[in-house]
Parts: sequence; structure tokens; C-alpha cells
Amino acid sequence: MNRIKIKSPLDLEKLRQAILAKTDSQKTHVAICAGTGCLALGAREVITAFKEELKKRGLENEVEIRETGCPGFCEKGTIVVSYPEGIYYLQVQPGDVQEIVEKTLVEKEIVERLLYTDPVTNEKAIPEDEIPFYKHQMRLLIGNNIKIDPKNIEDYIALGGYNAVAKALSEMTPVEVIEEIKRANLRGRGGGGFPAGRKWETTRNAPGEPKYVIVNCDEGDPGAFMDRALMEGNPHSVIEGLIIGAYATGSHDGFIYVREEYPLAVENTSIALEQAREYGLLGRDIMGSGFDFDVKIFRGAGAFVSGESSALMSSLEGKVGAPQPKYTHTSIKGLWNKPTNLNNVETWANVPLIINKGADWFTSIGTEESKGTKIFSLVGNVNNTGLVEVPMGITLREIIYNIGGGVRDNKKFKAVQTGGPSGGCIPESLIDTAVDFDELTKLGSMMGSGGMIVMDEDTCMVDVAKYFVDFLVDESCGRCVPCREGLERMSEILSDICEGKGKEGDIELLEELSEVMKDTSLCALGRTAPNPVLTTIHYFKDEYDAHIKEKKCPAHVCKVLIEYYIAGEKCTGCLACLKACPEGAITGEKEKVHVIATEKCSKCGICYETCKFDAVLIR
Amino acid sequence: MDEERIDEIIGNHGTDKSKLIGILQDVQAEYNWLPQDTLRHIAKRLRIPLVDVFEIATFYKSFSLKPRGKHLVRVCLGTACHVRGGPRIMETAERSLGIKADETTSDYKFTLESVNCLGCCALGPVMVVDNEYHGKLPPTKVEKILRTYGYTGSGKDG
Repeated sequence: MNRIKIKSPLDLEKLRQAILAKTDSQKTHVAICAGTGCLALGAREVITAFKEELKKRGLENEVEIRETGCPGFCEKGTIVVSYPEGIYYLQVQPGDVQEIVEKTLVEKEIVERLLYTDPVTNEKAIPEDEIPFYKHQMRLLIGNNIKIDPKNIEDYIALGGYNAVAKALSEMTPVEVIEEIKRANLRGRGGGGFPAGRKWETTRNAPGEPKYVIVNCDEGDPGAFMDRALMEGNPHSVIEGLIIGAYATGSHDGFIYVREEYPLAVENTSIALEQAREYGLLGRDIMGSGFDFDVKIFRGAGAFVSGESSALMSSLEGKVGAPQPKYTHTSIKGLWNKPTNLNNVETWANVPLIINKGADWFTSIGTEESKGTKIFSLVGNVNNTGLVEVPMGITLREIIYNIGGGVRDNKKFKAVQTGGPSGGCIPESLIDTAVDFDELTKLGSMMGSGGMIVMDEDTCMVDVAKYFVDFLVDESCGRCVPCREGLERMSEILSDICEGKGKEGDIELLEELSEVMKDTSLCALGRTAPNPVLTTIHYFKDEYDAHIKEKKCPAHVCKVLIEYYIAGEKCTGCLACLKACPEGAITGEKEKVHVIATEKCSKCGICYETCKFDAVLIR
Repeated sequence: MDEERIDEIIGNHGTDKSKLIGILQDVQAEYNWLPQDTLRHIAKRLRIPLVDVFEIATFYKSFSLKPRGKHLVRVCLGTACHVRGGPRIMETAERSLGIKADETTSDYKFTLESVNCLGCCALGPVMVVDNEYHGKLPPTKVEKILRTYGYTGSGKDG
């Protein structure tokens, strides 16, 4: 497409006005989430159904279908929002499309059954801000996802996009930009929490040219996907932040490193970069300021440890993505030994907000030492899973209960895991803790990049510890001994405990190993690896004791320690479990109680899943 | 090995050794795995020791040095999927296909792999076949999905 280059802030404003003039805000349009989550739930079919239905009725020119980024409420996908009214339809299936078109788009009526229904009061909610999941959030970063087609830069510009670049380049010196970010006390959202402004300043003042800026979208923490949602759903907000950071640090070359598991993020970011280039928002003499900057996208190749800053830079250089000893910070000697400023996706996305609205506004949100909002991915055994953006300082309880709607299936809450494999498990007694960079660290966990996995009574905490250790055994680069060997030994001890071979002294040995790893590992992966083990020992020691002393798994997870059986009084003799059992371990006749032969049972749990009468039990 | 095609890929990236990861990604996209002769050829063209190519090809998880099946089945074992029964999905897939994770069926129809998080945690447990995501998946549905990709066996004889 031929686009006219934006040569000044005035050009940008003119373009914005032109875009607004040709879009009628009262015109009906339908936003459909086309993020990875909703696509997994069949959004593509819903989109196709809409297009076909509109065509059938000759409405394809009247109603615009906008494929947007992820609005966060993944639990209820596919999400469809009808504008200008902003009617929020949830869990939309292709079969619902005809009714939505007929009732809502043509007759301007609401399809009640697709609205959010409160599980307790049965009340319906129509717009976003009436839905409890959204009502308690502060969506500064992901709020625009549903309003934007990430493949169309004009949607972003219409909402005031690239105004922050215009302001920074025309009204502020690089040093003033850095001062503003420092005053805002913007801390790294990738988990480290290091003040971004200070990092920028170090890179700016470091000797050596060229300087580089990098977006870290190697979001490897299992259970965290806010960076994916931003990069996929609103890539220009990240690119805009990056341009400002490049201007401030004096860099002309940027990289966006995206993990290979996020193909849609790669696609949308590539398109966004191309469109920004066409408008002259990247390239030479951006908006007539004389500042040159361009960005390349780099696809990772699957390595968790490559998300660490020095490892990521090695990977960008085409080498093995393993961490390097940091005698000098990467902000001074990073990519190709040049000063390099690396920030996480969410950190970059905050930058345009701060430049537009000022540090004073930003610091009015959050706690004393943690400013602004943070996006969490609220997942696991919670009713409303999805991405939630909240001001720093909100309590875990508010997130899990007010926004998340509490634990699924009326089970009992056991723990919430934060901070990924470097974090820890926080028990119920501490869920009134305020969430920010420092408070969670005090509990032995960390905020990390924002994964928040809710665990219910059916989760075994020893198994969780073993899960994280095994994850890290897999992902450790193996360069330093404490991490490589320490994790292997921890995994062996935890496996023994889960298999009923645990012995007195195992817990103490785990604690001792943890101390050594914390003190002597090369990078943060090894230094924080013991956190899941130490927090589960600290807060759930009774579960370790049950495994070691009584050879029992209280949550009925550890296979060796459990046994499936059929409760005679509940079994109807329907043969369903008998047919499903892959081991032929179940015997019985129609309408007579079935029996599981323990010696043949492989404990796969299929009978448990299959039984409709809850007659299969675990002991 | 289609030498011309490999040279074309190298041509797109350039012969600087920092381009190695991108080259390997494109070669793998072509073959679905990294045949040994392609690695030798790349090493020669980039003028780097073969061991350097192997170092990269073995370090990063997405590269496979073994031929893979027509369909790639990936089961997510990220934390959110783990607490929602991801391991059961994996066991079911293993039993149905008669192979373990990181193995390929003898007819080269399916390769089974685990993955440490696909970023659709809200929908756990998740299984991805080729690029189709299947979320909120009960173990009882695994075979049904595999059948749509041409799986014909059943767990009991598989």
C-alpha cells in the first residue's frame, strides 16, 4: 500500500484526523478476538460465520468485522463485542452468529443468553465495565486490545498512537526522556524489577557505538502470557516505546526477540514493523527530527534460559543462548560487546503512557516502590482465567476472588504460585498480601513476569516442587555446576519422596542444596531455582511429612502412593469404566458393581474421568 | 538433499555465522527436521566447523535431528496445564499412539512432543496438532482429535 510519510508531528495529527473522519464512530462494527486463546476455542470459525452471514444479508459494507487482539477474558472465549453499543458477548460459537446478526446488528436487540451471567445473582452484564472480571481491573496497557486490529496501524493511530514518539522527538531531549522515565520509577516487568530509567542512562553514557535496544519477548515462564497478548494484540504500543527508548539511549538499531512458540506474535509484529516503516515512523529522519532508527525481528528457537538478558544477546549473535558471566552489565557491554538496553515487552509498552501523561500521573498509581499497573495471567484452578491488569498493591485475594471469581468447582484454595520457576507458592494464610515487586519477594516468592497459578486442594505441593525442578533440569544450560548438578540431585530426592521412598533427612538435604545453589549459581535461573522447593517446604511441610513418614499423598496426585477403587454404593454397573480401561483391570457385569484389580491398574485415571456417577474414588 | 534449495535459503540470510539460527529454522521448515547432510553443507557454506552447527542444532529445542512424522502433536506441560491435568493428556496420547514423548510412530504419521508453555494457559490443558490448538481438553477426547488427523489405531492394541 502507498502511504504518505509522516514528516512532522503535525502530519501525524493530520493523519489521525483523516482516519477519524473516514470512520463513523456510530457505525456498527463487530470486534472479534483473534488472539491465540480465542483461536484455540474456534474464533476463526466464528469470524468466517460472521462474514458469510453479513454477505448473505448484503450487509458486508454496512458492518465492519474487526479481528482484534486478546482482551484477556480467555475463559469465556470466543469474545465478540458489538459496537457502537459495546455489547459484550461471551463464549460465542459459530452457531450463535446468525442470531447475533439478526437480533443485534439488524434489530438492535440484545441476545441475552450470550451475555455475562453472574454465577451467584444470575444478573446479566452488558458492557465491559459491568462484568466483574473487568470491573476491578485498571486496563491501561491491554484495554486497547479489543479496539485495535493489530494488522492495521491506522487503528492504533486513531487512538492517539505514536503521539508519544512525536512528543519525545519534538519537545524533549534524550536526557529529558530518561529523567521522565526515572521519575516515573518504571521498573522492569520481566521479573527483575530493575529501574528502567537507570538502565537507559547507563547505556546512554556507556562508551562505544553503535548502541542497541532490544525487546525481550522470549516469555518462557510457564503460565505467563501477557507479553504474547501485547505483542500479538497491540504491537505498535511496544514499538512506540522502543523508538522512544532508542532515542533516549542514542541507539539506531533495535531488535525484537520473540519466542518461537508464538507464531502469531511474530506475524503481527512483522506486519506492524512494515506498516510503521511505510509511514516513516521507522527508518531515516523519523518525523523530521533527524533521528534514524529501525528494528529487526528475531525468532527464538526454543530455550527457556535464552530469556536471560546475556543469553538472549548470545542467541541474537547466532550462538548458543546460554548466560554469560556478567562482570560488566549488558547495558555497558551487551550485544556484540556494545552498550545494549534490553527491556521486557510490558516495560516498553508502559513508555508511551508515561511520555504522554507524565511521570506524576504514573506515580499516582501503585505502591511506594512499585508504580503503575501490572498484567498478571490468572490461570490454574480459578473460575475466571485470563489476563488481568491491576494497579500494583492490590492484594492476592482481590485478584483471585473479586476478579478471578474464586476457586473452580467450589474446591478449597490451597496456594497461588507466582513468579514462574523462579517464584514460589503462597498459602492461604498470606493471600491478603499486597502484590508488588518487594512484598512477594519477602514471602520467598517473587512477582516475576506475572504468572499467577491458582492451586486447589487437589494439587500436591511436593509434586508442584518436583514439576518446577524437572522443568529447570530440562532448561538449565548446564554451564555452571551448582545449577546443573544441584537440580539433578533435587529432582532425584523429590522423585523419591513422590514415590514413597523418601527418608528422614531429605528435607534438610533439599534445604542445604538450595542454599548452595542460591549462593553459587552463575545466573538468576540457578540462583532462584530453589524457590519453589523452599516455599513449599516452608508453607506446606505437612505434605512433605505425609509423603515421607506416612507414605501418603494427601492430594491424591502422586501415583505410587494412591489407589483407585470403586464405591459399591454409587456404582450403577454401566460398564463405561470397564470399556474405557486400557489395562483391562476392571471386571464386572451390567448393572452389577464393578471392581478394579489393583495389581493390573496403571493408575491412568481414565475410569475416574469416565464415570458419570462419581463412583470411582482414590485413596 | 536439495542443494540448490539450501543455497537459496542461505542466500536469503547471508553467510555470516550470526545467521545460523535463522538458516536452520528455514531448513527445518523445508524438511520438518535437520538431515545431517544439510548441516554439513551449511557448515561448509558458512565456513564454520560442523561442531558449531551441531552445538546450535542440539541446544535449541525446536530443532530435530531425527525425522519427524507428518503430524506434530505437542502437549503443553506448562504449570497451568500441569495443575489442570496436562500430564494425563500426555499419558493418553502416548498410550494411543503407542510411543513416548519425543518419539515418532513407525509409519511416520505422528511425532509426539511436550512443550513447556504455549501461552494459552487460560485454556489448559492444551494439545496442539500441527498448528491447530485444542484447549480445555479432557483426556477422553484425545483419541477423537487424533482420528481427525488419520489416526486409526486404538489404545488397546497400539
